[in-house]
Amino acid sequence: MDWKVFLDTAPSGGMTYLGWLISGLFWTLAVSAFAWVIAFSLGSLIGVMRTTPIRAARAIGTVYVEIFRNIPLLVQMFLWYFVVPEILPTVVGDWLKQTLPYLFTLPFAAQFSLFEFLAAVLCLGLYTASRVAEQVRSGIESLPRGQTNAGLAMGLTLPQVYRHVTLPMSFRIIIPPMTSEFLTIFKNSSTALTIGVLELTAQSRQISEYTFKTFEAFAAATLIYIVITMTVIFLMRALERRVAVPGYIAPTSH
Amino acid sequence: MRDFDWSVIWKYRESLIDGLITSCQLFAIALAGGIFFGTLLALARLSRWKALSMPAASFVNLIRSIPFIMAIFWFYFLTPMAVGAITGKQGEAVGPFVSAVVAFIMVESAYYSEIIRAGIQSIPKGQPAAAAALGMTYQQSMVHVVLPQAFRNMLPVMLTQAVILFQDTSLVYVVALKDFLGAASKAGQLTGRVVEMYLFVALGFFIICFAASWLVKRLQVRLTVAR
Repeated sequence: MDWKVFLDTAPSGGMTYLGWLISGLFWTLAVSAFAWVIAFSLGSLIGVMRTTPIRAARAIGTVYVEIFRNIPLLVQMFLWYFVVPEILPTVVGDWLKQTLPYLFTLPFAAQFSLFEFLAAVLCLGLYTASRVAEQVRSGIESLPRGQTNAGLAMGLTLPQVYRHVTLPMSFRIIIPPMTSEFLTIFKNSSTALTIGVLELTAQSRQISEYTFKTFEAFAAATLIYIVITMTVIFLMRALERRVAVPGYIAPTSH
Repeated sequence: MRDFDWSVIWKYRESLIDGLITSCQLFAIALAGGIFFGTLLALARLSRWKALSMPAASFVNLIRSIPFIMAIFWFYFLTPMAVGAITGKQGEAVGPFVSAVVAFIMVESAYYSEIIRAGIQSIPKGQPAAAAALGMTYQQSMVHVVLPQAFRNMLPVMLTQAVILFQDTSLVYVVALKDFLGAASKAGQLTGRVVEMYLFVALGFFIICFAASWLVKRLQVRLTVAR
């Protein structure tokens, strides 16, 4: 074992190999965070659409979920990166591929373009939205029907019922599955390496290729993944306890 | 909008079919191996002996907290070393397929062990107790009483996981193995027709996975009615 390798100066980026790892972590977190914003908002919308009595809304939701769930994430990544710029008008496609700036100037120097980053974020966000939608739907469907009916009987409109009754209940119930969806997006962000985004897994592979210290490089990245996973689980347990619905089975402390 | 040329798909049909066969082989081996070792891992985790349950739990948690691609890289790196240590022939080339198979079996056994553990824990305690009262050994009660019921309960979840596994086989792209996606990618690079190729792969995966998910849903309905 030779852990001092991380303190050696890396051939590019003007930093050590440890710097490469930190930069990789930064991009992993950036891709995951932006993708999660898309996944959470669009997924909630589609999940709600699938529970409304409006037929067209339900149909759109179902089609969306079936399409995005039944194509492998990696294939979707290639669709956004290779296929979309070709299908768009030539001017737009070329602009995306050639004119978008390289992300050199940011604090964590990256040798890939903004287009690669955006494609990864969009792909991961839209893909995970289909999974979030299913969680939101099952959360809403797990509530007793009487809650919606009581809301309607009290004279609330359907949007008001969702706003004040159904959603506050179901979002608190689905915190555990949503936590695993977030961890999934965090892990799935590694597929972005196939389109050139130098996130954590890509950086650890790059370090192994430059230094031949494969074990150390992979072990360091693995350790970082584990630490982040544990941190997220810990924070979400705390949140779960804070917003627990009285009378429901309390979150266990294991 | 640019012009499309769909004839390249027909021209490269043989290599695409070869790729699809590779994907299916990987899927079948990973599924069988994942369920087999997943069952052993689940039993180990539920064991009373800490020496058995602790390593099993650590392995499962470790695999589940790293990206699939990271796990593929790990086993791609470790498998040739392990094979070398066993056969005594260091530096012997282990093909990418073997390394990929090992990686997939390891990762899937971790995923399946969680499903199987939940399945075993869903069986009422009275069942193994009754088996023990009838004089069955631990092994007999597991094989004849607990596991058959557990597998029946978790069949839909296991099949859903199988569909996900089939999609995940596309990740072997990262170690340059020519699966369905890899073959299409290669053909796309040779002809400059990546758009047609990737759209075709997306459609192929969609048809297979959509049909499979639909069958799983139907089976689920039938199983619920039967109970």
